Amino acid sequence: MAQSELAQFQERFDYLTERPSSDHLAVNCPPEKLVEFTTALRDDFGYDMLIDVTAVDWDAQSPRFTGIYHLLSTTKHEYLRIAVACPDDIHPSLPSLTSVFAAANWHERETYDLMGIHYAGHPNLRRILMWDAYPYHPLRKDFPLAGIEVPLPAADVAEATQAKVIAAPMMGGPFVSSGDGTMDQTEPRARDESWTEERERPNDRAEKSESSTDLAR
Amino acid sequence: MQNTNLAYDSKVEGEIIVTQADAVINWIRKHSVWPMPMGLACCAIELMAAGGSRFDISRFGMEVMRFSPRQADCMIVAGTVTYKMAEVVRRIYEQMAEPKWVVAMGACASTGGMYRSYATMQGVDRIIPVDVYVSGCPPRPEALLDAMIKLQDKIGRESSLKNLTARKRQPAKQAALAGAVNES
Repeated sequence: MAQSELAQFQERFDYLTERPSSDHLAVNCPPEKLVEFTTALRDDFGYDMLIDVTAVDWDAQSPRFTGIYHLLSTTKHEYLRIAVACPDDIHPSLPSLTSVFAAANWHERETYDLMGIHYAGHPNLRRILMWDAYPYHPLRKDFPLAGIEVPLPAADVAEATQAKVIAAPMMGGPFVSSGDGTMDQTEPRARDESWTEERERPNDRAEKSESSTDLAR
Repeated sequence: MQNTNLAYDSKVEGEIIVTQADAVINWIRKHSVWPMPMGLACCAIELMAAGGSRFDISRFGMEVMRFSPRQADCMIVAGTVTYKMAEVVRRIYEQMAEPKWVVAMGACASTGGMYRSYATMQGVDRIIPVDVYVSGCPPRPEALLDAMIKLQDKIGRESSLKNLTARKRQPAKQAALAGAVNES
């Protein structure tokens, strides 16, 4: 079923390649053909529902970002996954699907908010979860798990309370496994985030010892 | 005949009760707490349960939940305070008339709870002064009732008259809050 469908797709769209998948049929599609392909899927192949729009950050690889689209056919009861590699690693951009599926609107805003992928042609590409002035895209691989210190969104509240958006201590949280021993030994990726109120962050400790030696001199 | 009536006798002493102003003010205040449900996450469901007939918060004289900050004097922060929502929480707190109290209900409102993340404020006490913290994720309604009774006890110990005349309660609290945040 899935193989014959792939053959049907490839017969009409010669730029599609099959993508390894452990569940549904998945295809790779070049970004400039995405709107054409999804329009045909919706009108001619019965894939009439956009389930999800998300993206993958491959970190050091290039292309770094891959846009992922999940489509469902409500008549055939089949899922289809489309993967689109973003050509630009620094300013990743993909065509917006809002003209094809209205559901793409908020999904693309979320992916823009958290992954920083720009959707060209989106009618209202603003952040949807974080506040508008937030400077980072938190689901990117280079964003630390604990967060980065920035000012509070409301300046007057920040002034009245002296509160800031702080990097949250990870120790004792649910998103890191404790394993055997302390977390900074068992989870190298969390090394810089394994501080508590009592125990300082390793980098801070290093900086402090440097500054204390400066004072000693 | 010997007088065995040991209680206050208005026929003898007149319609007068002698007491302290603080005792009267606090007695009035603590038995008419009007909570403002700041429901932000699943703790709000337990807050609703506490207001329902099974747990019945009205047994303790604090059942008049008001959704307008102008008509409430106790904010129950029930749920996860995100940084985006923190501004709203603070503004609603500022809109409440004095005297006012805050209950941080549940782990998230108290400390950020399990959300050690870039999006979640690590305890609502960073932006508003909290009187009572309730542990639990979410706390059972009984825990909230216990917290509210503890808040009543706390209201009963306040120097209300001094605060009324000095009118310094709010700045003092804010200064203490700012100091606490700076130290951490």
